[in-house]
Amino acid sequence: MKMTGAQMTCESLVREGVEVIFGILGGAILPLYDTLPQYPQLRHILVRHEQGAAHAADGYARATGKVGVCMATSGPGAANLVTGIANAHLDSVPIVAITGQVARPFIGKDAFQETDITGITLPITKHNYLVLDAVSLPTIIKEAFYIAKTGRPGPVLIDLPRDVQIEQAEFHYPSKVDLPGYKPTLQGHPAQIKKAAKLINEAQRPVIIAGRGVIISGGYNELKRLAETAQIPVVTTLLGISCFPESHALSYGMIGMHGMAYANLAVDAADLIIAIGMRFDDRATAKVSGFAPHAHIIHIDIDPAEIGKNVRVDVPIVGDVKAVLQELNKLITAAKRINWIRQLDEWRKEHPSIIIRDSKGLLPQFVIRKIYEETKGEAIIVTGVGQNQMWAAQHYWYDKPNTFISSGGLGTMGFGLPASIGVKVGCPDSIVWCIDGDGSFQMTIQELATIVQEKVAVKIAILRNNYLGMVRQWQELFYGKRYVATPLSCPDFVKIAEAYGFPGLRVEHKEEVVPAIQKAMDEPGPFLIDFMIEPEENVYPMVPPGAALAEVLEEPRKKAKAVKDSAKLPVSNI
Amino acid sequence: MATTKHTLIALVEDKPGVLNRVASLFRRRGFNIESIAVGHSEVPHLSRMTIVVDGATTMVEQVRKQLDKVVDVVKVFDITGDAMIARELALIKVKATSSTRSEIIEIVDIFRANIVDVATDSVTIEVTGDEDKINSLFKLLRGFGIKEIARTGRIAMARGVSGSLPVEKKSPKAQAKRQKTS
Repeated sequence: MKMTGAQMTCESLVREGVEVIFGILGGAILPLYDTLPQYPQLRHILVRHEQGAAHAADGYARATGKVGVCMATSGPGAANLVTGIANAHLDSVPIVAITGQVARPFIGKDAFQETDITGITLPITKHNYLVLDAVSLPTIIKEAFYIAKTGRPGPVLIDLPRDVQIEQAEFHYPSKVDLPGYKPTLQGHPAQIKKAAKLINEAQRPVIIAGRGVIISGGYNELKRLAETAQIPVVTTLLGISCFPESHALSYGMIGMHGMAYANLAVDAADLIIAIGMRFDDRATAKVSGFAPHAHIIHIDIDPAEIGKNVRVDVPIVGDVKAVLQELNKLITAAKRINWIRQLDEWRKEHPSIIIRDSKGLLPQFVIRKIYEETKGEAIIVTGVGQNQMWAAQHYWYDKPNTFISSGGLGTMGFGLPASIGVKVGCPDSIVWCIDGDGSFQMTIQELATIVQEKVAVKIAILRNNYLGMVRQWQELFYGKRYVATPLSCPDFVKIAEAYGFPGLRVEHKEEVVPAIQKAMDEPGPFLIDFMIEPEENVYPMVPPGAALAEVLEEPRKKAKAVKDSAKLPVSNI
Repeated sequence: MATTKHTLIALVEDKPGVLNRVASLFRRRGFNIESIAVGHSEVPHLSRMTIVVDGATTMVEQVRKQLDKVVDVVKVFDITGDAMIARELALIKVKATSSTRSEIIEIVDIFRANIVDVATDSVTIEVTGDEDKINSLFKLLRGFGIKEIARTGRIAMARGVSGSLPVEKKSPKAQAKRQKTS
């Protein structure tokens, strides 16, 4: 059947199971938008800035496990997607970005709204395409979705010249892809799995560090089985949060710069690290040379390029986390490890890390704890970046899989609001809270118009301290309290919400917190709460930059007890 | 950090932009590519790149893995440690007068090079060999006055192995599968 390039694109998206597109149109993508009404299965959500489209597609993809789709026009539209694409790239999120491009005869001539978007996004996409004829469109779209969602997921960009959208060609949708240079390894090597099992079975003080790979592969049960059978404590990376129930007796929370002190101490004292679907990011490992100094390391990851990139690994296993754990679990013998777990529990008692101190003012930690209680831990939490993100990671307890959505690798301020739109659109039956800081929120505040126009019922909690808080904390601790460019004026957020057309509340006192949260939950549509928190509250625990995990600071500047002599560590009774 | 000269071979799809994708991975890490030579391979639609870079082995290995992730890169291997044949071709245009021409021809003969063009005041020499050989010839000819030189950069091949694809150590199963398809 003959179709235009625009029709082919829509038809291919439908065949890939796409239901939602986040985007903004413009001249170079107008033919494609003009075709959208012929495909009512494709819901288009109009955002207010293309960065919002990419983040919304990202949030949608993380929450649903499906590929998120965003669209923009050429030039500035495409360039505005860049931050969102980079964000998805660093956090391994499958999105497909479709951008309009000037017509083929104009490419490379600095035409109006022309930008070399495939060149710009080359290092921040898993792959990208410039479509040079309509007939190749179905194959390209098929490949784009396949590449985005398989192996280590990531963003793929398709640049679509305006005249290709109009060009007519025969439509054949391929049933499979032919990519000789792209063959992700899914099954772990049996010999490596055997080696890993031996190390695990012989370990005295093993610790599992679980990352987002567990969530991507859906290996929740396999992880739980491994931990329970061999009685191995589980800590997570920031993006690993919610891959293992945090109320589980073997859960010891997040590691890293703002991880739990006891989790960091556990990693420091371990004799075996089982790293699962994580990439030893510097925020998680702290000083690499001081990372897990007594431990052998098993690294399970789908991306061979991650093996040995940051940390020396003893047993690498390349493969899909779920598939590898299924095989590994067959070789694991049951163990008790009472002394080791007792030691960890002792550290947890000595360094509770997330005790909320008594205060007159409104503490952000208190706010988040109350959101946890009022939502009964059932909500999906989407965060901004900075202090708000760390408090949300620390003080909400995540028991349900995949309920913490955050920008980890790129640390993109402004991610929260647009991402929460994608999450809510993808999971309309879930309660979605966007926990954001006043700085982060103002970076994409215009998407409030999107939630009103598209009736997206996200609940927004702004932790407002009138500072770019995380940077201010660094200035306080490491730059002699010189608060350069961090004090921040904010508009009246409640009035802003009202002006956009939905209700909000300001909260200044502790006793108003719970009623406000309840009011937000009772409201069928979106709701905003402006929490006026203690302005100079810091995030603790904290591993200072350049220090090792064991040198974690606890509030106020109390150093946790690092174990220097491995001989003094408890020996487990397996 | 100690650096070594590495020779990487990449088999890539013959598509626009592939060279850019490959080169950008080196650029990002601040590697200077010493030479890169691209041409057709024995497989239709696949080009063969020979890339020479100077870098720490761990860093080059990291780039090799990243290159392997590029969708258009079908295979990439580092043959630095292997026994290999490495060759370069150079065209050298040297000033030549009637009095120096015979001396130049003598040197060319010793190097088993060829004179491919003669003009009134110059000769153009074609030479193939490893970099050392070309450098030595270059040194000897410098005295006559070199007008122009063009070098291809290294192309290389591991000795004794049947084809370009199965050089890298892989699981026997993957190798068997590859042999079946080829």
